Amino acid sequence: MSDLITMDDLSNDEILEILDTAERLLPVANGDVYAPLLQGKVLGNLFFENSTRTRMSFESAMKRLGGEVVNLSSVGSSVAKGETLYDTMQMVDGYSDIAVIRHPRQGAAQYSADAIGIPILNAGDGAGNHPTQTMLDLFTIRQAHGTLDGLNVVLVGDLRYGRTTHSLSHALVRFGAKLTLVSPDSLRMPTEIVGDLQSHDTEVIESENLSGAIADADVIYMTRIQKERFPDEDEYAKVAGIYKMTADDLAGAKSGMIVMHPLPRVDEIDPSVDSTKHARYFQQAFNGVPTRMALLCRSLGVEVPKEVGE
Amino acid sequence: MSEMRRVTAICNGTVVDHIPAGKSLRVMQMLRVSVGRSNPISLVMNVPSGKIGRKDVLKIEDRELTQEELDRLALIAPNASVAIIRNYSVAEKRQIELGEELVNIARCTFWNCITQDPREPLPHKLRVVSKNPLEIRCSYCGRSQTIDQLAESII
Repeated sequence: MSDLITMDDLSNDEILEILDTAERLLPVANGDVYAPLLQGKVLGNLFFENSTRTRMSFESAMKRLGGEVVNLSSVGSSVAKGETLYDTMQMVDGYSDIAVIRHPRQGAAQYSADAIGIPILNAGDGAGNHPTQTMLDLFTIRQAHGTLDGLNVVLVGDLRYGRTTHSLSHALVRFGAKLTLVSPDSLRMPTEIVGDLQSHDTEVIESENLSGAIADADVIYMTRIQKERFPDEDEYAKVAGIYKMTADDLAGAKSGMIVMHPLPRVDEIDPSVDSTKHARYFQQAFNGVPTRMALLCRSLGVEVPKEVGE
Repeated sequence: MSEMRRVTAICNGTVVDHIPAGKSLRVMQMLRVSVGRSNPISLVMNVPSGKIGRKDVLKIEDRELTQEELDRLALIAPNASVAIIRNYSVAEKRQIELGEELVNIARCTFWNCITQDPREPLPHKLRVVSKNPLEIRCSYCGRSQTIDQLAESII
């Protein structure tokens, strides 16, 4: 049984192994091959916070592998009646074999893992971590560049509250990425994370300027300024819409550079970018299915055959 | 031994010596020795020390601090020395040691940590990431904690 709470739970070799497994599962994720590897298993999909892609891709991943899904959302459940997370998790322990949890409170995934015995996959805890997103991001980057080693990656937007960038940056520096962190001053990456990143033997630059970082980039990872995480609406208004990428901005970019976004976007990527060769965010969203299939199999101790579907 | 002249020897209790100068009030706060108790407490501040230049000394009468209480002390005075006094002589010397994890000693200070809900029943856990320089993070949410903040959230 293995939990995935932060990227520290995986070694570099394990990350690469999971990405290889995800690649083998692509035909299953596409629906071309049916491989009921998780038949008889039940996933508890626990979303205490809104989600579109994460929730649907986990559900799709489980069902395409022949498993079942039970859902919980905070609206319409005992959570709305004030049930503690601990009590809710005791029920989940009895109803499912593995659980995916998204929660507005930071640390909720680790807390759940401590509370019960079934494997827990963290699907976002407040402004903390989102490691399954990171795995699909790494899958997308490797798909485009053939490697994770030594890339020049620019992370843009809300780096303070953005859990996707927290998890992704931790993973990327372990593969020797040069990171440029582009954000307004008020949304800079938390200092303890920057400290962690700088402890690796790689370059980490902080900047407020996106246009200067485009030419050298292999990956530009845009993020939404998350209104819901601001304690104060005035503070949000000061930085809303600060970065807007259009197709014209990418004229000087490297030919193989990819633009990623965990989605949903608001106005930080103009639709004109969608039709460029750089846009990779919808592919990225699809990649959630094979990657999460690989993670579900791993945590449930189910081996994925070398030739899936045979 | 100049500080011994400032405060008389105690018959029974605990002496915490070699507290960094000026930190003894914080030590009292961390140990909660002054909360709801009537033991006499003597405090000596800023006295010369051969070992650390200047130091504070705390003498708590009729109370032997437990190892769990001493673990809290390790957060702010890891090099302090502790003697249990019985009948005017040192009966026992206790070691202060900062462990790898502090369980139910202080609450995480991050406002959005899952442990901020007082009804959640699992223990409060803080992880000592580094002893020198001291860095402590919540075992659940991963946020770094400052000692000043932790002193306010002692359990």
